[in-house]
Amino acid sequence: MINKDAKTILEVRDLTATVAGVEILKGINLTVRAGEVHAIMGPNGSGKSTFAKVLAGHPAYTVKGGDVLFEGKDLFALESDERARAGIFLGFQYPVEIPGVTNSAFLRLAYNTVQGGRGKDELDPLEFDDLVREKMKLLEMNPEFLGRSVNDGFSGGEKKRNEILQMALLEPKLALLDETDSGLDIDALRVVAGGVNKLLNADNACVLVTHYQRLLNYITPDYVHVMSAGRIIRSGDRTLALELEERGYDWLLDGKKAAA
Amino acid sequence: MTTAAVHPYVASLLAGSGAVPKSPAAWLDARRASALERANALSVPTTRDEEWRFTDLTPLTKLQLQPAALPAPVTAEEVEAHAVPEAAVRLVFIDGILVPQLGSSGTLPAGVTVLPLADALKSHAALLEPHLTKIAGDDLFASLNTAFLNQGVFIHFAKGAVLKAPIHLLFVAAGQNVAAHPRVLLVAESGAEGCVIEDYVAQGEAAGLTNAVTEIAVADNAAVRHIKLQRESQKAFHIGSCAVTLGKDARFVSQAVTLGARLSRNNLAILQQGEGVEVAIDGLALIDGRQLADTHTLIDHLKPHGRCEQVHKTIVGGGAHAVFNGKVFVREGAQLTDSSQQNRNLLLSDKAHVDTKPQLEIFADDVKCAHGAAVGQLDPDHLFYLKSRGLPEAQARNLLTYAFGAEIIDRIPVPSLVAKLEAMVLARTEAGA
Repeated sequence: MINKDAKTILEVRDLTATVAGVEILKGINLTVRAGEVHAIMGPNGSGKSTFAKVLAGHPAYTVKGGDVLFEGKDLFALESDERARAGIFLGFQYPVEIPGVTNSAFLRLAYNTVQGGRGKDELDPLEFDDLVREKMKLLEMNPEFLGRSVNDGFSGGEKKRNEILQMALLEPKLALLDETDSGLDIDALRVVAGGVNKLLNADNACVLVTHYQRLLNYITPDYVHVMSAGRIIRSGDRTLALELEERGYDWLLDGKKAAA
Repeated sequence: MTTAAVHPYVASLLAGSGAVPKSPAAWLDARRASALERANALSVPTTRDEEWRFTDLTPLTKLQLQPAALPAPVTAEEVEAHAVPEAAVRLVFIDGILVPQLGSSGTLPAGVTVLPLADALKSHAALLEPHLTKIAGDDLFASLNTAFLNQGVFIHFAKGAVLKAPIHLLFVAAGQNVAAHPRVLLVAESGAEGCVIEDYVAQGEAAGLTNAVTEIAVADNAAVRHIKLQRESQKAFHIGSCAVTLGKDARFVSQAVTLGARLSRNNLAILQQGEGVEVAIDGLALIDGRQLADTHTLIDHLKPHGRCEQVHKTIVGGGAHAVFNGKVFVREGAQLTDSSQQNRNLLLSDKAHVDTKPQLEIFADDVKCAHGAAVGQLDPDHLFYLKSRGLPEAQARNLLTYAFGAEIIDRIPVPSLVAKLEAMVLARTEAGA
C-alpha cells in the first residue's frame, strides 16, 4: 500500500558491491517506505539476490560505494546480527540445515535475542511454545517440525514455511524475501504467500526478490523493479510484472542496449 | 616360569602382577600367565609403530604407576552425582576395585546376570571360559590388563533375555599414580537384547592410568548397545579397548564420547563372524588445552551382507590433538557388504590439530563402502544464517559447535546422559569462546 507520507524505512543510494573482486552491484538506487511491497525481478545473474544479501550483511560481499540508510541510520555501521535485531529479516533462498539444533530451541533463541535487543521481555520455553504454535497455524505447519533439527531433512516447501515462520516471530520492519517462491508447488506457494500477506501492515515493508511473476499473483507489489547487470533498469507498478510475464526480459534488455 | 620384562617401564607396570590372587579357574591362571609372558616380551609402543604413529606415550612413561591396594575414599554423594536414573543396576569401581556398597541393584529380568568377575568365575566359569581373554587382542595394554585380570564385571544375557534399561558400570579414578586394569565381559546369547554404559570419571585431579579391556560376544540375532563415556581428569591417561564378535544377524551399536584425560586411546574392534549383521559406530571427542584423544576402530566384515554405519566426530580446541584411524576390512567372500564411514573434525583454534586416516581394505567385488574425512572450521554460511536471525557471532559459534557434537550425543537413547553430556558440551564450547 502506497502512502507517500509514510516514513522511509530503506534508502539505497548508488550502492556498489563486489564478490571475490568482481563487481556485482553497479549503482543501485531504491527507496522503500512503510507499508510498501517492492518486487525486484530480473534474469539470473542480474544481481537481485546479491542485493538482498548485501543488505542483510552476508560476509562474502564487499560494499564498495554508496550509502544505505535503514530508518535514517547508516546500515553498514551494523554487523549482520545487529541488523537483524534492528529489524531487517532475510528470507533465504536456500535455508541452511543445522543438524543437532532443534527447531524450537533455535526459534526461541532467535526470538529472545531479537526481543532482548529491542528492550522487550524474553519468553520462557512454555510461553514461547504457545506463541510459536499459534504462528505455525498461520503457515499450516505441523508442530512436529518444532522437535526436528533446524531445516534438517525438510522439503523445499517446508524450509520456506520455516523461513516465514521466523519472519512471523521476529516481526521485522523490513523483510527481504529472496526467491521465496522457488521450489514451491502451487499449494505451498499459496500458504507461504498467504502467511506473508498476514504479516504485512502499514508499519513494515517487504522487498520480494523473484524471478517469476507467479508469486506476485499472491502478494501484490506496489512497485516492480527490473534489475539487469547490477542496476535497476526499469521501475513500474504491478503491470510491469504482468508485462514481463507476457514478453520476458529480452525487450527490456534490448531496449537498454539500444539506448546505450 | 616367567622371564623378566625386556622393557624397564613394562617391568615397572607389571610389578605386583604376581600378587594377583589365584583364580578358582585353572584355565584363567594359565591365560594370565601367558599374557604376562607376552607383556614381558613387549615394549611400550613408540611413534615408530604404525598403530601409534601420532600418539606419543612418552608422558605416560614418566609416571610411576601401581595398582591400588585399597580404593581411595569416595563418598556415596560423590558417586550419586554420576547416577544414571534409567539404569537397572549400577556397579562402582574406585581405582579399579569394586566397591559393592556404592552400587545399586534393581530386580533384573530372568536370564540377565550381572556379577563381579571374581564371583562369576566361581559360579559361572563355564559361561566365561569360551570368551574371557579370547575376544580381546594381545597388544601390550590388553596383555597387561589380562596379566592383572581380577577385578571386573561379567554380564550375561541368556537366550532371548531382554533388558531395555541400561546396566551402568561406573569407574572412578581417584588415587594418585594408580594403574587400574578393569575388565568387562558381556555375553549375549541368541535373540537377547541389552545395553551397557561404561562410564569413566575422575574424583579430583589425580594422574594415573586406566587400562580397560571390554570383551563382548553377540550371538546370532542378539542386539547389544555399548555406550562409553570417558571424562577423566586432565592429568589422567586412559587406554581402553573394546573387542566385539558378532554372530549371524547380530546387531551392535557403539557410542563413545571422549571428553577427558590428558592422553586417551580408544580402541574398538568388531569382528563380523556371521552373515547379515547390522552395526552402528558413533564417536565424539571434544578436547582442548593439551589433550590428546586417539580413536582406532576396526570393523572386519568376514561374512556377507554386513551393514555398518560409522560417524566419528572430533571438536578440537586450544593446542589439543585428535587422532582417528578407522579400518574397514571387507574379506574375500563378504559380498553385499554395505559399510560407510564418515570422519568430521572441527578445529576451533590455529593450534588445534587432527590426524585422520580412513583405512579401507576391500577383497570382495560386490560391496558398497562410502567413506569421507573432513577437517575444517565452522561453515561461514551456517554462521551467517544464525547471525541473520540476531545471534551475535560468539553465540552463533557456540551453538554451531554444540550442534556438531549434539548430533552424536542426541542418538544416545538415555535421556539423563544426553542432558548431562549436552550441558558438558555447552559448558566447554562457552568456555572456549
